[in-house]
Amino acid sequence: MTDLLPSPDMSPDAGPYWDAAKENRFLLQNCDACGEWRFVPSHLCTHCGSDKTSWKEPSGRGVIYSLTTVHRGPTAEFRAYTPYIIVFVDLVEGPRIMTNLIGEGAEHAAIGDAVEVCFEARQGNTKVPQFCLAPKGDAA
Amino acid sequence: MIKNNVVIAGVGESDIGKVPELSGLGLNAQAAKRALDDAGLELKDVDGLLTAYSMTEPYFMMGSVLAEYLGIKPTYCASLTVGGGTPGTALHHAAMAIATGQAKTILVTAGENRATGQSRDAAVQALTQVGHPYFENPYGPLIPSFYAMIANRYMHEFGTKREEMAAVAVRAREHAIRHPASPMSKGITTEDVLSSKPISTPLNILDCCLISDAAGALVVTSADRAKDLKSDPAYLLGIGESHTHEHMTMAPSLTEFGTTISGNAAYDMSGLTPAHIDFAELYDCFSIVPIIEAEELGFAKRGEAGAMFAEGATSIEGSFPINTHGGLLSYAQAGASGGMHGIVEAVRQLRGNEGDRQVKKHDIGLVHNEGGILSSHCTMIFGREAI
Repeated sequence: MTDLLPSPDMSPDAGPYWDAAKENRFLLQNCDACGEWRFVPSHLCTHCGSDKTSWKEPSGRGVIYSLTTVHRGPTAEFRAYTPYIIVFVDLVEGPRIMTNLIGEGAEHAAIGDAVEVCFEARQGNTKVPQFCLAPKGDAA
Repeated sequence: MIKNNVVIAGVGESDIGKVPELSGLGLNAQAAKRALDDAGLELKDVDGLLTAYSMTEPYFMMGSVLAEYLGIKPTYCASLTVGGGTPGTALHHAAMAIATGQAKTILVTAGENRATGQSRDAAVQALTQVGHPYFENPYGPLIPSFYAMIANRYMHEFGTKREEMAAVAVRAREHAIRHPASPMSKGITTEDVLSSKPISTPLNILDCCLISDAAGALVVTSADRAKDLKSDPAYLLGIGESHTHEHMTMAPSLTEFGTTISGNAAYDMSGLTPAHIDFAELYDCFSIVPIIEAEELGFAKRGEAGAMFAEGATSIEGSFPINTHGGLLSYAQAGASGGMHGIVEAVRQLRGNEGDRQVKKHDIGLVHNEGGILSSHCTMIFGREAI
């Protein structure tokens, strides 16, 4: 478990997302016209169609919408890490995001548990946003 | 107008299972020949061709590629990429072309050599293409992982039981072993499913579809033209689509899907309701999926379709047979061919000659195809007669 996983492929739409992750910051697009947050990054707002968008820092908190424990990885790199957990997180601000659930207690996590963003180093001096269980009593 | 005017006049399938002596194109050609033979037609009668895609063979314009391989020069030809929903969607396009006179006889084919055309690891890796390349694949999901998260949420919200999902796989196997072309000869139990190798919780290997060499083909033409052809036509009574997302991150919901929308469009076109349907061939890439589809298509209330599988209602002798050929779980799954076998089976069941696999009531059958992660849907309703 000492080898870092591969760097994510990065699309030009999402430059600020990946640049921020390198600095342990979580940025999402927030529509200047309708005020809605959105994920995944896109040129037009998927709520209202506006092309006026700002990258802003949401709370980084949410709850687990669903999860699964992967026992057979898709590639050799991921197979070295099995079993690992994938979660869908409903962010407080609205969008849904898929990451791994990492950190203490992840193997006991359930739908509805509060989580918060954290970051994982990947190859090539990159990082990816991940989610960890929020400290107990820290309601999302 | 599509209803009553467009028919499937012939159906065919390639050899199923492991067919190392044929390429993916070869499997499509074998299925096409058998479908044309079934209709009493020849390749020279075909003026339209719609096909799918290949993840095992390095071809680009599959419609043109298959046309040149078959030695035909159609005036209506394309390939579609709608995952497992491709056959239904292609049939919809073909039906519109027939109804508007753009073509007279359209061959619709789909299939690949998924079992022998690539290594198992390559197959698994190729299928990760369904995940979002930038925002899902960096986290190592398998296709089963996405469906596993749907299953977990669905069980959480609607009380579907793990054992009911296992029963879907058990029923599929019971039906597959009655099918003469199926590679399956041995039954499985609920306990076998629950104790099989874990893939992505709660899904085990026996909750997941096969990886097969297989192709299927349809001959689509007008009801008028079909009158003097060899086999009984299946009338297309209703058809509808819904495309709500591709990647699961962007799905409007993980508990309500486009199946309801495509189903309602098909019911509306046909003027029929779920109560008129005698049997259904649903998409069963994973054991949770036909449970969700049966509920969204109105055959059971939310949370209640699992019991239909567990208690035997969906068996061939049951009150509402589902997946009478064994489905993707136990008959065949070769990329876009998955949904195609359901269409072929529905046409055969309507004709009424399937021996110990034949359902008793076979006037009207419904087929549902889906592609992606319950992303793209096509519902079709077929009748033995025009209505």
